[in-house]
Amino acid sequence: MKRIYMDNNATTAVRSEVLEVMLPFYKEQFGNPSSIHWAGQTVSSAVEESRAQVAHLINCRPEEIIFTSCGSEGNALAIKGSAEFLHAKGNHIITTAVEHPAVLNSCKYLEKQGFEVTVLAVDGEGMIDLAELEAAICERTILISAMWGNNETGTLFPVAEIGAIARKHKVRFHTDAVQAVGRVPVDVQAAGVDLLTISGHKFGAPKGVGALFVRKGNGLTPLFHGGHQERNRRAGTHNVPGIVGLGVACELAVTDLAVQEGRIRALRDRLEQGILSRIPEVQVNGHPQQRLPNTLNISFAYIEGEAILLFLDMKGVAASSGSACMSDSFGQSHVIGAMGVDPMMANSNIRFGLGLDNSEEDVDFVLEILPEIIQKLRDMSPFYSERAAS
Amino acid sequence: MYSDKVIDHFTNPRNVGVIIDADGVGEKVSASCGDRMKVFLKVIDGVIEDLKFQTYGCGAAIASSSMMSELVIGKTLDEALALTNDAVAEALDGLPDPKLHCSNLAADALHDAIKNYQEEGA
Repeated sequence: MKRIYMDNNATTAVRSEVLEVMLPFYKEQFGNPSSIHWAGQTVSSAVEESRAQVAHLINCRPEEIIFTSCGSEGNALAIKGSAEFLHAKGNHIITTAVEHPAVLNSCKYLEKQGFEVTVLAVDGEGMIDLAELEAAICERTILISAMWGNNETGTLFPVAEIGAIARKHKVRFHTDAVQAVGRVPVDVQAAGVDLLTISGHKFGAPKGVGALFVRKGNGLTPLFHGGHQERNRRAGTHNVPGIVGLGVACELAVTDLAVQEGRIRALRDRLEQGILSRIPEVQVNGHPQQRLPNTLNISFAYIEGEAILLFLDMKGVAASSGSACMSDSFGQSHVIGAMGVDPMMANSNIRFGLGLDNSEEDVDFVLEILPEIIQKLRDMSPFYSERAAS
Repeated sequence: MYSDKVIDHFTNPRNVGVIIDADGVGEKVSASCGDRMKVFLKVIDGVIEDLKFQTYGCGAAIASSSMMSELVIGKTLDEALALTNDAVAEALDGLPDPKLHCSNLAADALHDAIKNYQEEGA
């Protein structure tokens, strides 16, 4: 059976160009970059080269990059690190209802520590209201955290406009760009971002490495206390192979953004249009235009998402769902819920995340098998027969 | 994640459908995840002659409905009333822990249908 991976928003395969560059750093170039001897120093220069590659992709200075272990760490360091550092100035944080749990739960933690958090609502397309954002800012506001691209729907926030509002009110602005980096152009100068989270494994680097952009002049209280690594902002021996891999992935992303915008978007649109034309009573979740080029979140009336995923999996197709049956908390997806999607539609949402390895044949295979899967499940559903009878 | 039996019953569910002139109809909705099972019974001389179900829910919900149908067709109402959700899960070689509490409702839906039959008949 052919295996088709369409869950690239969850994680991506390590690109072979990336792995090749990483491998020597497990063996021959094993040194600790903090050591002054030959073994350390060659490795240290590799880490700095990677830092420059990451900085180049998002248009910042290399010294503004902190290497981390993942997106969650970057988000926690940005939010908790800012909150603690700026506590004397104020205690109010603004975020949105559709953020990744790493952001929302960091904010919840801070609430328990006495911070106040405003969570902005979104509309049916997953978009925030900029006037509402601006109105929420008060003199105690120390941080705005709003994501670049949503991990479930792909909806892209107007980051540059948020950045302009933050600048106007002199509030620090963090964006979780874990889904955006490598898929859409990310320029921290144009966007007016102060802190930006990157995760390597979302675009061809390995799991266990990420980065946080911290604009010069924005102090942070570290999460990890220890050695002097990362200019005292993130203690811990560098994950050198991972960091080197992240650098290469960023270098590849510079040229591959055109592929994302071209070929990947065309594949996603082919999938979306194909489903809409073949299967009745479906609904695309997220913003119709302002959306990551690789992401399709789509709901099928009368049935449940996990059941769809199981049948897709049996045919070799890997996708994901934010249905209640899939979540640990047994609530529907907080993202789809915040958008006010009808609960039954919310419960059947399937996310297809296309990637560089997908082909037109892959998309056409999904289009071939999906109508049958949906019909089979609808034929079992009491809601479907009641709807047909009424 | 799921046992082979769950996958078998999910992939090829037995006794899906509706009995138009059912003697008893019952249903159960999961408060936690919204899964919904509807059960139709045909009863002759206190024995379940036929049972059909419709299920809205995940793989575990569909498989447990199917397994329940196999366990009780041909059984007396008393035997069917003695069936528990846990016994259905056991017959499926178990369900993942979280699913035991939300999608494992087939016996409840069955009992609701039997109650409906007994009330209608009374």
